[in-house]
Amino acid sequence: MDIHEYQAKEILSNYNVQTLKGKLAAKTSEAVAAFNELDSDICVVKAQVHSGARGKAGGIIMCKTEEEVKSASEKLLGTHLKTIQTGDNGKLIEKLYIESGCDIDREIYLALVMDRAKQRIVVVASAEGGMSIEELAAEKPETITKIEVDPVVGLTGFQARELSFALNLPKETLGKAVQLFMGCYKAMVELDMNMLEINPLVLTADKNLVALDAKMSFDDNALFRHPAISKLNDNSQKDPREVAAAEHDLSYVGLDGDIGCMINGAGLAMATMDMIKYCGGEPANFLDIGGGASPERVGKAFELVLADKKIKAMLVNVYAGINRCDWIAEGLVQIVPTVNLKIPLIVRLSGTNVDEGIKILKESGLPIILADTLKDAAQKAVDAAQQ
Amino acid sequence: MSILLNKNTKVLVQGITGRIGNFHAEEMIAYGTNVVAGVTPGKGGMTHLGKPVFNTVKEAVEATGAEATIVFVPAAAAADGIMEAADAGIKYAVSITDGIPAHDMVRVKRYMLRYKKENRMILTGPNCAGTITPGEAMIGIMPGHIYVPGNVGVIGRSGTLGYEAASQLSAEGLGISTSVGIGGDPINGSSHKDILEIFNEDDKTKVIMMIGEIGGPQEAEAAEYVQKHMKKPVLAYIAGLTAPKGRTMGHAGAIVSGKGESAAEKVELLQEAGIHIIPNPSEMGSKTKEVMDKYL
Repeated sequence: MDIHEYQAKEILSNYNVQTLKGKLAAKTSEAVAAFNELDSDICVVKAQVHSGARGKAGGIIMCKTEEEVKSASEKLLGTHLKTIQTGDNGKLIEKLYIESGCDIDREIYLALVMDRAKQRIVVVASAEGGMSIEELAAEKPETITKIEVDPVVGLTGFQARELSFALNLPKETLGKAVQLFMGCYKAMVELDMNMLEINPLVLTADKNLVALDAKMSFDDNALFRHPAISKLNDNSQKDPREVAAAEHDLSYVGLDGDIGCMINGAGLAMATMDMIKYCGGEPANFLDIGGGASPERVGKAFELVLADKKIKAMLVNVYAGINRCDWIAEGLVQIVPTVNLKIPLIVRLSGTNVDEGIKILKESGLPIILADTLKDAAQKAVDAAQQ
Repeated sequence: MSILLNKNTKVLVQGITGRIGNFHAEEMIAYGTNVVAGVTPGKGGMTHLGKPVFNTVKEAVEATGAEATIVFVPAAAAADGIMEAADAGIKYAVSITDGIPAHDMVRVKRYMLRYKKENRMILTGPNCAGTITPGEAMIGIMPGHIYVPGNVGVIGRSGTLGYEAASQLSAEGLGISTSVGIGGDPINGSSHKDILEIFNEDDKTKVIMMIGEIGGPQEAEAAEYVQKHMKKPVLAYIAGLTAPKGRTMGHAGAIVSGKGESAAEKVELLQEAGIHIIPNPSEMGSKTKEVMDKYL
């Protein structure tokens, strides 16, 4: 789960990481009031959306006067910000963060990540801030320092000092730098983050370290033990289809194709989508109905996929282990007559109780196209969608 | 021969009295797995499915000589259950649970390093369907009847795609030595490479099929190992060619977040390492047959 910059900064300030004074605004009048209250010569109006690269997309505007704040706010609020990370639809700007300025000496890159190769937390830093880590890795890999943290002892003092020296921070900042790195590590572990990125972290003219931006991503699997973090979830930043799926505990990802997919298991779902592509079609979505799916759950999943109006054919592919083909079939037979299905439905069942499942489908009299194998199913779906 | 598990392996079921543990323990016993006991804290002294139940893994190991375990413990407490098995001297553990926090798994992996390599427990999973040596034993939740004994070693991150592979292989008249699920989580017990190393030394396994997917560095790491050390042909299919960047595709670990993590990039790396690429998921069986006919 991702959160907004202003939320991440609030969390960081609880862990000894310094941020600039700022105020949240949902209306232009609030943005102007915030500017006046901050009483700073310069301020930055920042669109609060779940995405990086907001600056390049025009979502971060520097302002010096009340009028400038007003026009920036009017320009941003209620619009969709399209960045290189958001896709074509962009993300809705419902809130702005009005932040005071500071005197920057230089910018630093800092991130803590759950490293899948090392299978533990790695701190990544570079004296060249402001660029994305992908750009840094491609253009200035020699500036990147990586420190692996032993989960038993946590980030140690000497590691934090090593980082500080690697970043060429002045010696009067050493104590503050150590405190900041330790604070970030503590936050990451205590709150079960997958990633914490401060880019840029700035060294100010008066030798302070300030988080100018902050990005946090939390482990969905650990939210059960962080109710306060769970409340920071913002559905306005997500695809509405995915929000609806999450309500039914279904795993769904919307795509741009025209073949609706309902499959059990993440691997088989991805493979079926690959097969559709291989046969010349495009999948409209990823959907995993999970294990032990009841007829009701099958019905909900079916409706969800069907809600996508682009769909020209529907493909159900289930290889039942702990699932039961007869339950899948029952779910389909119950839901299909109620939704006034106008597109072809292709079903491939295999595994547990397959004979019972196919019997139910055949006896239903519904116009269901049955397929034997993965390839057969994908080919029939592609043919049906193209007709 | 087979790897990790055979008909004599003494198996524990942690969480045997729970709804899910009970159901799958019954299936495992019916398949022929040598289940010797169950563990449920607070229910020690009971008999369940005809097997003694113990309070702790340590007691169960002392009383029965159990060597392997399957951990049916809900996500919030699963890491603890795995560490308990490692501490009790279990040699091989399978974790089925989906949804274990990543930070918990980091601690589990660090905890297992307390033991010398020769005494260290091997963990596969979490978030997998388990391991099966067809015709002998299974520690998992897969439909056992679709697996036929044979010479193909299978390693996969996905459960249902593993079933698809098993049925395609049997349709080609081929069978499986052992099929190992390593799971779809970002922090997992064993990688593709860890299992390839074991298959490399197994006489019965003649060829290995690796079923990978988008996300993470483990397929790349496996490619390097295959190129340098592998004595047998390896085939691979990578799922997720159509997956968009930055989106989690069901499995917590199936997300393209950086360079080298997409299916296309992985396929290229594997191909360069001399691995036989299965171009689409309907050719898992036929491509394996082709490679076996050509090289064996």
